[in-house]
Amino acid sequence: MNFPDDTIAAVSTPQGEGGIGIVRLSGKDSFRMVLHIFNASRSRTGPDAGSRKIIHGFITDPSTSEKVDEVLVTFMQAPRTYTREDVVEINCHGGMMPLRRILFLVLAQGARLAEPGEFTRRAFLNGRIDLSQAEAVIDIIRAKTEQSEKVALQQLEGRLSAEITGLRNSVTELCVLVEAYIDFPEDEVEVPERDDMTASIKAVEDRIHVLSKSFDEGRLYRDGAAMAIVGKPNVGKSSLMNALLKKERAIVTELPGTTRDIIEEGLNIRGLPVRIMDTAGIREAHDLAEAEGVKRSLGAIEGADIVLAVFDAGRTFDHADRHVIEKVRNKRTILVINKCDIINPEFDCSESEFDSHPCVKISAKTGDGLDDLKEKIVAGLISDSAPAGQEAAAGLLVTNIRHKGLLDSALASMLQARETLVKNEPLEVTALLLRESLNSLGEIVGAVTTDDILDRIFAGFCIGK
Amino acid sequence: MQFKEQDFDVIVVGAGHAGCEAALAAARLGLSTCLFTINLDTIAQLSCNPAIGGLAKGHLVREIDALGGEMAHITDKAGIQFRMLNLSKGPAVWSLRAQADRAMYRGIMKATLETQQNLVLKQAMIEKIVTEDGRIRGVTNSLGISYGAMAVIITTGTFLKGLIHIGLDNFQAGRAGEFASVGLSDSLALQGFKLGRLKTGTPPRLDARSIDFSKTVPQYGDEPPSPFSYSTQKITNPQLPCYITYTNPATHEIIRSGLDRSPLYSGKIQGIGPRYCPSIEDKIVRFSEKERHQVFLEPEGLETAEYYANGISTSLPYDIQVRLVRSIAGLEDAVIMRPAYAIEYDFVYPTQVKHSLETKAVEGLFLAGQINGTSGYEEAAAQGLMAGINAAMKLKGMEPFILGREEAYIGVLIDDLVTKGTREPYRMFTSRAEYRLLLRNDNADFRLMEKGHEIGLISGSMIEKFRERKALLDEELIRLRTERIKPGLELNDSLEALGTTAITEDTLLEKLLKRPEVKYPFIREKAPASSVLSQEIEQLVEINVKYEGYIQRQVEVAAKLKKYELKKIPEKFDYKATPGLSREIVEKLTEVRPETIGQALRIPGITPAAVSIILVAVEGFWRRTAKP
Repeated sequence: MNFPDDTIAAVSTPQGEGGIGIVRLSGKDSFRMVLHIFNASRSRTGPDAGSRKIIHGFITDPSTSEKVDEVLVTFMQAPRTYTREDVVEINCHGGMMPLRRILFLVLAQGARLAEPGEFTRRAFLNGRIDLSQAEAVIDIIRAKTEQSEKVALQQLEGRLSAEITGLRNSVTELCVLVEAYIDFPEDEVEVPERDDMTASIKAVEDRIHVLSKSFDEGRLYRDGAAMAIVGKPNVGKSSLMNALLKKERAIVTELPGTTRDIIEEGLNIRGLPVRIMDTAGIREAHDLAEAEGVKRSLGAIEGADIVLAVFDAGRTFDHADRHVIEKVRNKRTILVINKCDIINPEFDCSESEFDSHPCVKISAKTGDGLDDLKEKIVAGLISDSAPAGQEAAAGLLVTNIRHKGLLDSALASMLQARETLVKNEPLEVTALLLRESLNSLGEIVGAVTTDDILDRIFAGFCIGK
Repeated sequence: MQFKEQDFDVIVVGAGHAGCEAALAAARLGLSTCLFTINLDTIAQLSCNPAIGGLAKGHLVREIDALGGEMAHITDKAGIQFRMLNLSKGPAVWSLRAQADRAMYRGIMKATLETQQNLVLKQAMIEKIVTEDGRIRGVTNSLGISYGAMAVIITTGTFLKGLIHIGLDNFQAGRAGEFASVGLSDSLALQGFKLGRLKTGTPPRLDARSIDFSKTVPQYGDEPPSPFSYSTQKITNPQLPCYITYTNPATHEIIRSGLDRSPLYSGKIQGIGPRYCPSIEDKIVRFSEKERHQVFLEPEGLETAEYYANGISTSLPYDIQVRLVRSIAGLEDAVIMRPAYAIEYDFVYPTQVKHSLETKAVEGLFLAGQINGTSGYEEAAAQGLMAGINAAMKLKGMEPFILGREEAYIGVLIDDLVTKGTREPYRMFTSRAEYRLLLRNDNADFRLMEKGHEIGLISGSMIEKFRERKALLDEELIRLRTERIKPGLELNDSLEALGTTAITEDTLLEKLLKRPEVKYPFIREKAPASSVLSQEIEQLVEINVKYEGYIQRQVEVAAKLKKYELKKIPEKFDYKATPGLSREIVEKLTEVRPETIGQALRIPGITPAAVSIILVAVEGFWRRTAKP
């Protein structure tokens, strides 16, 4: 349910890969929400620095403390803003990935995804836009609604829509059981078995969970995954990239540190778009240019969805390798031991560090092991497939952020509903939570009304003493 | 004959449960009021089962009482059995139901009306409403005698073009043995109202002397019985049980053999019946796998032999009725005193009335009860009370009195009717209320009594008593939130005996009471309040503490949505001229004419985007009109 003075948020730059992107918030809690995920590079943060000042800093995921993006944030105090409410704009590096992640963090703080044209609507309702433009405002709302409905419809392809409709029906059935029991005490309606209900709720939860989780995977299919190739100098990072791309793209020399800039290339692995970032070798830099290269490599690790950490089978595992492993410790990583075509490998991969990530032996030169590597890349990006018994949801991708949000609220309500059963709370409390869940699912595939529930009660139970 | 007898402030047409409440409310608010009925002997007739209340309906009765209506008082005085339903479930869905002595109920209501100041009762058949420039002026009866009024409330129940069916026979009647009202229906249609047809039914009444009660299972009421009204001290009538028996395969066979003469299945009945109250033939056809259906034998009163056979409502021919009744255990020799029948009647599609129950087409004309598509005494009484209050508000030049969905089942009832309309006789269910945890049987006075007092229907002494109750509740809640109990051997033993854990440090009483295993009497025993609390207050305390989180959640959602309710849409707002609304949505909005943005949101099929556009367009309208 949307309320008139929720704090709202949206990406306010066009879809696609722009130079920069803006996440915008409006509403009374917008300052608080952003301050919770924003670390200014100087101590004076947020609105204290003064309304409309541009503040440099980082957006950090408060749950993992991971830096998400380097940003410029502007806090604008009501009423001198576009909507006449408190407004925050987060300028970030663009690319859909950081934009979406920041938007998600803001939503996790309690902001609501803005309805199409809602910023403009608020600007008008709060008197910021003059009466003569009322029709123009309506046009904006209309155009944006049409556009977003079109996108949402595309993203809700047949099978996905069928699965969510199925889930909605399952929850409706649960509501029917509980409501019939509550409203018709003298009509021989059976007491809903708490254990059965708990099991049904759990089954629905699992299915919603699979869908919700697919959003991250869906994002990869939509936006592409970022993969960084890192390692100490001259382990064959560029050779690996070229082998994956099957072409001579990066400059490959025997001279360590040849790659100084990050070289990006697009590639398709098993239908998954992957942007490969070849990076400068990670080591103590000898000159300024190299130092810059190393710094960028570390940045690439941070921004990547998956990292290939490359090692040279021909050389012994040394502190530089250890340093590399140190840098990828908290990242989804595949350890790649290159140059396995060498006759006398010196490399010892019994080091304990090698337990932490999957490991593949390849030869970029001969192409050996590349298929295995691709397999592991895809597996690494698309985390475990659907658990047994949820085939219906397997392979489905939720790609719309609004859908994802609604699925998550449905899931949260179901969890709580199950808890009330376990704790033996009265069923009308369970009913309340089931309805909440039903409303969230209904916002995706069409609402279920009280009349629908009553229809099913009268169709399924012989009511009327 | 043309004769104008008299002018009144308010005229009420129909003296059923809606009409009586409407007339009493208007008269009590100081308006000269006339109540017309076709038959002064059947005022406040319980036309169907002799029971008041039940799930959600009981809530309505409590609300009527808290607002100063009459139904609860009379039920308490005429009640011959009281049962709190759903006690095995949580308190939000407990609901009181009473069996009433039909004749006593009628008699007490008639006496109440006859002793009411400002109120005149007249037996007459009203055939016409008189209007002038879209405003009500009065009514005319079948003799051509006219009465003037500034407000008219129509509460005709099943009487508008009532048509009774028994088998393939049918005849015009408002109720068995009473005239139908034909002219008024046409008069309403002439004023432009869109009318539809509904159907309902009633079972046979049996002679107690012919029933073998030993073959049935008695069902007794609660002892002691708890009353509906906050002002009732004690239920004084002797209490009677009901008796349960069942249909059987032989019964079902008899019913099937009569289906070819069923007006329901032969298409004679056009009106739509209530699915929650199906006829026995409907149950047998739709649930053919069920081997038996319950039959409740309900006493119709202390001084009558008539028993109401609840569960076998039917429109089958009389010979089938006799055989089907006699196939049931305990009823082998039963004598039918009154046959079962179905009745079809006209109603006005309720999207044509506003939340105040005033019609949109005719100013000063109010509709309440079955004419708005509802079914049930309680639904009717609730609307009657609201129509009476709002007619008075109107004549006094005050804002209409409208209850929100988060405030009362009455609010849910009226909002549903005027926003969504109805296709079948509308009955209240607790599942219709999205704020069910707020709208409880136990807190109707907390929700509504101050409002009733403000309107002028709750007396000073009543409100004083309520405020005392409220003070006691508040005081005790504060105590539980501040007072701690020390862990002790005896206390911890008792806690463990309840199946919960011992405490190791000083613990807030509230925290203790929040445990599912701990009930209020435990607190009373271990850490008593300074004043003795009534059972009702104890219950309120317990509910407030145990459900706090969920209640708070509903309160917050309601408060946020209230902002949409406060955004008014101008009465004559032109949706067609608003760009960006689809034709379908324009049609729906034009039909319902929502009074607020909140109501618009609840119209089925209205999208958030459409609401967004209306918000902007309405704001534009107000800004334009605010300009000089």
